[in-house]
Amino acid sequence: MTQLALVIDLNVCVGCQACVTSCKEWNTAGSAGPMGDQNPYGADPTGTFFNRVQTFEVGEFPNTETVHFPKSCLHCEDPPCVPVCPTGASYKRKEDGIVLVNYDKCIGCKYCSWACPYGARELDEQQQVMKKCTLCVDRIYDMSMVEADRKPSCVKACPTSARLFGDVHDPESEVSIAIRESGGYALMPEWGTHPANHYLPRRKTRIKIHEDELERAGNPLKVDRQLPRPALNEPTLDDVTTW
Amino acid sequence: MHPAFSVIFLTTLIGTAQGLFLALFTAQSYAAFKLLPQPDAHAFYGQGSLLALALLVGGLVASFFHLGHPERAWRTATKWRTSWLSREVIVLPAFMGVVFLYGLAHWLDWHPVLMTLPGGLPVDPTAILGVAGTLLAFALFVCTAMIYACLKFLAEWHSPLTVINYILLGGASGFSLAAAFAAFTAPELVGFLAGWAAIITLLGLISRSASLYRNARLKPKSTMQTAIGIKHPRIVQKAQGFMGGSFNTREFFHGQPVAVLRGVKWFFLLAVFPVPILLLFFGVQGSIGALVLAFIAQYAGLMAERWFFFAQANHPQNLYYQSIA
Repeated sequence: MTQLALVIDLNVCVGCQACVTSCKEWNTAGSAGPMGDQNPYGADPTGTFFNRVQTFEVGEFPNTETVHFPKSCLHCEDPPCVPVCPTGASYKRKEDGIVLVNYDKCIGCKYCSWACPYGARELDEQQQVMKKCTLCVDRIYDMSMVEADRKPSCVKACPTSARLFGDVHDPESEVSIAIRESGGYALMPEWGTHPANHYLPRRKTRIKIHEDELERAGNPLKVDRQLPRPALNEPTLDDVTTW
Repeated sequence: MHPAFSVIFLTTLIGTAQGLFLALFTAQSYAAFKLLPQPDAHAFYGQGSLLALALLVGGLVASFFHLGHPERAWRTATKWRTSWLSREVIVLPAFMGVVFLYGLAHWLDWHPVLMTLPGGLPVDPTAILGVAGTLLAFALFVCTAMIYACLKFLAEWHSPLTVINYILLGGASGFSLAAAFAAFTAPELVGFLAGWAAIITLLGLISRSASLYRNARLKPKSTMQTAIGIKHPRIVQKAQGFMGGSFNTREFFHGQPVAVLRGVKWFFLLAVFPVPILLLFFGVQGSIGALVLAFIAQYAGLMAERWFFFAQANHPQNLYYQSIA
């Protein structure tokens, strides 16, 4: 069984909000209707978004780190928002595990938003139905696009490749390997919702460079060891020969 | 959570109606066993059912204001296998239908003997409808309360006490209303109904106090650490992704200072429990005004109680919305 999901790498997210605007741009132009804004140029603007990037500061000055945290529907494997829906408008697709809302069936009772611990669902004030991330379901199966474009628009927009997309049930997929090898984790595991989306933690990147990696040991052009020794930036045999 | 007045009116109005119906049928059952004098059936049972029906219709109308698409409300009856909200939507009209038929049977004096209980007690349609209505009234209490109690993320609601409170508080207000109503239509029943109203109110005080005690000692299961998955004791939100409001900041926060919350709590603790009991006591001494006031005070208190019920519930999603920028 397929379970499509996003894996978000907090180590490389720079909080540029490109995924937020790209998501809004694609989905507000979609066949399911616009994501309405209210009072967009006024003092108190508001509107529907499927994806937000939040910022948290971890630690105490001066030992702090700024963590940018993209937040959207996690497409839980056991989604608590689905069984509470009285009309069946909220459902999880069997074929790819995407949790969707049927906007023609939704009565806008907001009950599903109460049942989601992550606050992933929003009532669209204009259409008066619940909306949430669709994993760009109208994009990832669109055969009129070249294959490289059949990805959620947030993934396409990310300049640092912090967002990966794929099937987390396929152990050989890019996302499964990332979760397995980079310590991917789920949010609020205490509720047993088993979110399909995972996050990769912040990592310390350290590179140790040894001196003999900067200067080639046994450089044949310097083999006579005469003084003065040639400077490090003078050519080696590697630089003057094409092998 | 942000208390919605549509839901406050819905739950308090139908709770009172259910309690009122239970009071009517309790009186009828006692009278059938000759434990109470037989009241004027037209006035007490007939008009009483009409009053209960009016409250149920009022609650139903209020509930529509909670929906974004009320014209699709019929669809809510489809997912009764999994959704308590769907179950409530089925049980509520069924209960309304039975209350209507119960009142109609009393109004038309329709008392053909359908069967006879051992001991020679005749069973007529009003008794059958009364039993059906009683079962549906309890089913509706359970459905309404389970809508909230089944949400495990909202620890304040996720408790059997929620169901007990809905039953007892709805029952108390219904019996109080029945006592005030009986003062006009069946004065011989006032003492009986006021007595039960006071008893159920006291039981409600115990269960509501128990849930307040429980909720004051809850430890949230989710923390900032599990919310974003970073294991550090000090995490401070610096931006929530927008500076205007969103659905997340409107729906899940009551937006009132702690003092208001505390004030509402003490108001409902007084208006729902001791004040009505005192007024019921004066009512039994013969003051119709005190009986009417007892119900009005208790109903106003219950609206505050329901407001507090919503406001006190702390949703884990609020962890993501702690500071604007």
